[in-house]
Amino acid sequence: MKFGVVRFPGSCDEVDALHACRRVGEAVLLWHGDRDLQGVDAVVVPGGFSYGDYLRVGAIARFAPVMEEVAEFAAAGGLVLGICNGFQVLCEAGLLPGALLPNTSLRFIFRQVELEVVTTDSPFTGACALSQRLSIPIKHTTGRYYAPDDQLSRMEGSGQVLLRYAPGENPNGSVNDIAGVCNEQRNVFGLMPHPEHAVDPLTGPTGGLAIFESMRAHVTDGAALV
Amino acid sequence: MMRARVLVKPKAGILDPQGQAVERALPALGFTGVRNVHVGRLIELDVEDPARLPEMCQRLLTNPLIEDYEIVEADAPAGSNGGGAGATAR
Repeated sequence: MKFGVVRFPGSCDEVDALHACRRVGEAVLLWHGDRDLQGVDAVVVPGGFSYGDYLRVGAIARFAPVMEEVAEFAAAGGLVLGICNGFQVLCEAGLLPGALLPNTSLRFIFRQVELEVVTTDSPFTGACALSQRLSIPIKHTTGRYYAPDDQLSRMEGSGQVLLRYAPGENPNGSVNDIAGVCNEQRNVFGLMPHPEHAVDPLTGPTGGLAIFESMRAHVTDGAALV
Repeated sequence: MMRARVLVKPKAGILDPQGQAVERALPALGFTGVRNVHVGRLIELDVEDPARLPEMCQRLLTNPLIEDYEIVEADAPAGSNGGGAGATAR
């Protein structure tokens, strides 16, 4: 299992993402200007401030050469995980529904939150238990998930909401307490919390590991079936 | 070349905490009687083909899911005087 972690100018969580991926498999860096995905089995678009987040968060990064390849990879069914700024980039690129708006508090929020696993029927939560609580940190100013009502009810109906902030935990005003959503095909997932910062007992809870472990299990078990 | 201004604001109906914060701050300075404050962005640009502006707005300058925009045409490119404004709305 080989992960690829994208590095944009302004990325800042790609090293932790590499570290998290390497707890369950191999991982390589993917440079934003390259078009070579190096044969990876899954792509992680990490957190940070890609291209300075000029204009809107994630708006410029979606035009990076590597993102064209990521879009093709996703269209072919490849697993793509977007974390925080990566989530924003995937929404701007149209690979995920919805958008991220400024937190209702207008403040930068940096704290641990409790998440609830809404469904285990996805490559990203398959190794979790239903309604399992994951303790994972958030750190963002623009994390209020929004989708128009009609789109939202379709997403809820088809189980595209994979993670919610636990009752009373919603830190940013996200609609329906949504912390992470996947696309219709269920192979692209984005979330505002940072699972890559919660994989090592040295630094706290390890709730984030379940996301990476789920991806590994999906890829390697899927391969074993072939 | 045409000078254009793209006015971007949060889509109607979407919570705009920035606008609310400004609206709450004004009375503190004695400016009462102000309502429906919204904070957006102004993008100025000189364009050769103004007909392509809506597409630019849809694909990059705004996120149509969360933002409304208005294209305001000014007569003169940057650096020259003038700039009467006629508006094409959306």
